[in-house]
Amino acid sequence: MTQSSCDALHFFRGGGMMEVCGSSTVSLREFGCEQSLLSRPDGSASFTQGDTSVLAGVYGPAEVKVSKEIYDRATLEVLVQPKVGLPSVRERLQEQCVRETCEASLLLSLHPRSSLTLILQVLHDDGSLLSCFLNAACMALMDAGLPMSCLFCAVTCAIDTDGQITTDPTAAQEKESRALMTFAIDSTERKVLMSSTKGSFSVSELQQCIAVSQKASEKIFQFYRDSVRRRYSKIL
Amino acid sequence: MAAGFKTAEPLEYHRSFLRENCRPDGRELSEFRTTTLNIGSISTADGSALVKIGNTTVICGIKAELANPTVEAPGKGYIVPNVDLPPLCSSRFRPGPPGEQAQAASQFVADVIESSELIQTEDLCIERGKLCWVLYCDLMCLDYDGNLLDACIMALLSALKNTQLPEVTINTETGSPEVNFKKRHELRIHKHPVATSFCIFDESILIVDPTSDEESLVTAQLTVVTDDEGRLCSVYKPGGTSVSGEKLQQCINQATARQREIQKLINKVISSVKTAQ
Repeated sequence: MTQSSCDALHFFRGGGMMEVCGSSTVSLREFGCEQSLLSRPDGSASFTQGDTSVLAGVYGPAEVKVSKEIYDRATLEVLVQPKVGLPSVRERLQEQCVRETCEASLLLSLHPRSSLTLILQVLHDDGSLLSCFLNAACMALMDAGLPMSCLFCAVTCAIDTDGQITTDPTAAQEKESRALMTFAIDSTERKVLMSSTKGSFSVSELQQCIAVSQKASEKIFQFYRDSVRRRYSKIL
Repeated sequence: MAAGFKTAEPLEYHRSFLRENCRPDGRELSEFRTTTLNIGSISTADGSALVKIGNTTVICGIKAELANPTVEAPGKGYIVPNVDLPPLCSSRFRPGPPGEQAQAASQFVADVIESSELIQTEDLCIERGKLCWVLYCDLMCLDYDGNLLDACIMALLSALKNTQLPEVTINTETGSPEVNFKKRHELRIHKHPVATSFCIFDESILIVDPTSDEESLVTAQLTVVTDDEGRLCSVYKPGGTSVSGEKLQQCINQATARQREIQKLINKVISSVKTAQ
């Protein structure tokens, strides 16, 4: 075992939550959300992080194609639509990440032999796109009123050449970064639901990024809570 | 009797083994299947390798072609990986355009090549802005029994290490490239990324190197790619149930140990291929 991973083990022993390293600050760009903005889908939401903006729509539970039917749970289909052109191989990987994260938090066994469709339309990409997809997806699922075991949010971290961690980077910061990581964090235990990385990094850098993301997730969950509270205070 | 139990209650069948800290195929929870490697299996390709992890078989062939570099990167060549999951390898794949899993695997392999910098794409440039090599890496699964990503990354790395590119000179008078097939040189491989896949069973039990049956029953999958310096090139967990810090650390430690083993295996096979020639 290398020296760095020895340090890392010690880092993890603290229990569920990890400490945030003092050198890195958790700053997210301005984020905003609007729910039920489309009339046709059963649930919809737009999520903006700085200049990055995604529109999400959920249809379902509806009838499922026989070939995709699963006898004991609902089939979830995620479609990512880029701003220009047709979805390519890169979008497939993002679809897979979003789908499996949603599958983990949704209680799909309550709707056997039915289909759920989640459509994610990119409105503008200025970095941290995958995390914006996941946040928009969570808000849209919430708007559709689908039963979930927990909520989730996602945070992107970029490590630049000096080893400094930036949360929620812009496209320019992403381009300059040495490594880029996106984590989805669940709302009950603040554990990692999804992880997708680019570039090479050390074990301790990974742990720092997870810790920073967990810290940042608090802000996003608080935002979820506030925005839902604001919305229902108007209705009731 | 056991076969009937397995078909009717696959989850309970696996649980009954895992309760005893073993798996239906006789392995322990952190035991890998036998890994077999054959390098240079396709004589007509520029580089090739065949990997077997248990029953899972992946063959990789590398075809080098001359092309024009892109305008954005005039001093670089490029690598195009493609993972194919034909209907031959498992009943879950249908003929037709590549499915989601094949596309996601292709993108994963491309991301690992980029993240690990196993080849500096500058090495593939022959003349800046005019001529470069394109490496088409075709990965085909012949038998699908789980753990596709590990087999793909290993096949790719071994095939690239086996690749011999012919020497190209540019004729100064005509300006056209001349390929000397007799004089070949090896590719420079800077890093040795190795993928190790894990599965989380029933939200708590961690198993390595899952079979196809196990993959269909688990609640989460995780793939860690490490290189020879112990750095991480990818920690890919597409979703599923959450994983704690200690579990993740356990996975990383096992992945580093696996990387050393696999690199040793590749080097051994490469040297035996060289002595045979």
